[in-house]
Amino acid sequence: MNPHANVLKRVSAVKGVRGAMLVSAPDGLVVAESLMEDVDGQAVAALAAALAGRLRRVASAASLGTPAVVQLRGEAGTLLAVPAGEELLLVAVGDREANLGLARLELLEAARSIR
Amino acid sequence: MRVLESWVSGPLSRFLTESSARMVLLMTSSGQVVAQHGFTRSVDVMSAAALGAGIMASTGEMARLMGSPHFGALVHQGSEQGMLLCGFDTPRGRWIGLVAFGPETSVGLVQLFFQQFVDEITAAAPPAEVHGPVLAENFEHELNASLRALFGR
Repeated sequence: MNPHANVLKRVSAVKGVRGAMLVSAPDGLVVAESLMEDVDGQAVAALAAALAGRLRRVASAASLGTPAVVQLRGEAGTLLAVPAGEELLLVAVGDREANLGLARLELLEAARSIR
Repeated sequence: MRVLESWVSGPLSRFLTESSARMVLLMTSSGQVVAQHGFTRSVDVMSAAALGAGIMASTGEMARLMGSPHFGALVHQGSEQGMLLCGFDTPRGRWIGLVAFGPETSVGLVQLFFQQFVDEITAAAPPAEVHGPVLAENFEHELNASLRALFGR
């Protein structure tokens, strides 16, 4: 069993969260995932890693330091991404009813445990 | 970007824009180059096509020995550049894609947009032509013919 599976399950258990994954930030590849079937994990991993990388550069250019949380809100839901060290990114996808506050807390806690 | 068949142009252009890949070589499994981007010398295209087709043939044989029809993709990740070598079926036969990319993108993005590119050209491909068996002299002849078309010499 993947050692990160329990961490991802805790995030996925939050109300309205349709899945969580651990992504290799430089490669945009899935390291571990706990996703509903309708979420394209490979696509989300690649695009979320690219987005987080660009936002890190934006934050650096604006002297904001390293982004702690990336929150992308869409019409049908929200994507949350939290860096876990230099190499990893924790990503969660939630629907409109998702408890985003709890999801953020779980992601940050998970990132601390992975670092 | 240079293409031998115009219907490849749109999907390839979109792939290049979205993936930020540096170099692309598309070829048939017999080594005929269908399109290229980023190569400036025909000798480089010739070498890359021969090596790419050779690697695909070798890994295909290894897959057969392991009881698998073929491997989907081969990725080499270097410190400066990465390379994706991917075989895929089209209505025009089995093609090979060779993509070189740098740190401005990622292997995940390149793989994601390459799969979209494959889906697009599979949908856009005209009906297949009938080909004979792949022979060594055919490989060299087709490679030289496509290089003349791509580089105008």
